[in-house]
Amino acid sequence: MTFEDEINQTVRYLKPSGIRRFFDIAATRKGVISLGVGEPDFITPWHIREEAIHAIEQGKTFYTGNKGLPKLREGICAYYKRRFHVDYDPEDNVIVTVGGSEAIDIVMRTLVQPGDEIILPTPAYVAYAAIIEMAGAKVREIVLKEEEGFKLTPEALKDALNEKTKAVILNFPGNPTGGIMTREDYEKIVPILKESGIYAITDEIYAELTYEQKHCSIAEFDEIKDHVIVINGFSKAYSMTGYRVGYILAKKELIDMILKIHQYTIMCATTPCQFAAIEAVNNGDKDIEEMFVSFRQRRNYIVKELNRIGLYTPMPQGAFYAFPSIKRTGLSSEEFCERLLDEQSLALVPGNAFGDAGEGFVRISYAYSLDQIKAAIAKLEQFLKDGGWDK
Amino acid sequence: MNELLNLLKDNARYEVRDLALLLNEDEEKVSEEIRKLEEDKVIAGYHTIINWDKAETPISKAIIFVNCVPERERGYDRIAERISRYPEVESLSLISGKAEFILKVTGKDMREISHFLAHKLAPTEGVNGTETMFILKEYKTNNAVFYNANEESERLLVTP
Repeated sequence: MTFEDEINQTVRYLKPSGIRRFFDIAATRKGVISLGVGEPDFITPWHIREEAIHAIEQGKTFYTGNKGLPKLREGICAYYKRRFHVDYDPEDNVIVTVGGSEAIDIVMRTLVQPGDEIILPTPAYVAYAAIIEMAGAKVREIVLKEEEGFKLTPEALKDALNEKTKAVILNFPGNPTGGIMTREDYEKIVPILKESGIYAITDEIYAELTYEQKHCSIAEFDEIKDHVIVINGFSKAYSMTGYRVGYILAKKELIDMILKIHQYTIMCATTPCQFAAIEAVNNGDKDIEEMFVSFRQRRNYIVKELNRIGLYTPMPQGAFYAFPSIKRTGLSSEEFCERLLDEQSLALVPGNAFGDAGEGFVRISYAYSLDQIKAAIAKLEQFLKDGGWDK
Repeated sequence: MNELLNLLKDNARYEVRDLALLLNEDEEKVSEEIRKLEEDKVIAGYHTIINWDKAETPISKAIIFVNCVPERERGYDRIAERISRYPEVESLSLISGKAEFILKVTGKDMREISHFLAHKLAPTEGVNGTETMFILKEYKTNNAVFYNANEESERLLVTP
């Protein structure tokens, strides 16, 4: 028996993250400029950092209850009510997790039985498919289309549904596409969800970065709220990626089940980080708004510049990514990114890192200073010129 | 307009082209708005934040509390205008508390500031007391920190 035969066969055949592979290439080069990160460029606001420090100073470093500090759960519920008009109860409907990542994992493991299918609109954040497969379900892809603004359409949803479907993953605003779902968009798919009785797992980590209108949570639709599981966290809204604090909002019966996995695998989210999160959720609206304005400005800037240099880029409605098509160049996403790295020392993320549906696209993050964005645009412009793709 | 002001507040050297791209506006419109803000004195000037301790010609600064009596009908305005005419006075505000005015003054050294205090400020009509605090070291001014904040980003090159 070989080592490969000994280990879990699902893990064995799990594809390593394409981003990881590209990171390994980029990391060996010197002087690389990158527009490749999936995290904000702000340092966590000081009043939030200071709360984490204070918690450590005060020795608040014990386990918390499995669901998380009561004050944090209260803060999260007040926040969802205040900003997205959705009611949840701090005692019954919340679990604080180690980032949105843990939330995705334990929600999936709670829901899935062998043979189930999970509908995944793609291109998608890299973890979903892997987590679905590790939980023992099959991924049923829906390819989101650029010409439809990377939205989930009722037709596509209907086509993907069958008797094995357990849930659909919604990630709007989405990584890597920046696509959003408006209230009107959701109104078209909510009746389908209601009729089918499947769960909607809505990862709203980029909710605060919705540019032309207020974010609409699908949990606002009372007729399906029992079958909605909200995943969110502090990473993107408050620039707290390294704190690893996220949360799940769902009906009590589900929370009780999900909590079983959380309590046995994680126990609780890191205590000082939970204290920092309390400060963020109660007193961080101003930070959210400042970062929002700054991201919106940089979005405006980079999208106009990308179009100017010949890379047609529709205006993304959310998150902090532009996701232009590079099909015109005749290169694959990986060829494009590897050549760009070789010739101009500029790192972007190839679209196929987000699934086959991302082939022909590249993800460009604008969570960078204006100077860095300018330098990167100049490199990209030269690259397109050299390839004869600038017109 | 506030968004434009907030951008300029943090960086007066933005080019109009950059501002227009950031704000998703026409360059002409942004130029016109800036011109109007300048004309209306909403934008009253552009300055450079200098860490004089690092410059080859260090200067001295002091905070001065000034006690004075208001004038009938005019309040503090006339005396404030008189004091603010001195180029040594970098800023002047009417405040609540133990003094009427707080001033920030600059000079090439302590002697120059002392001279200004004794020969100009204190003898001004209406001024009946001052309290001077020399600035020993500036750590932060106009949102710029002068110490090594050591807050360099250590983000990875590529992340999901």
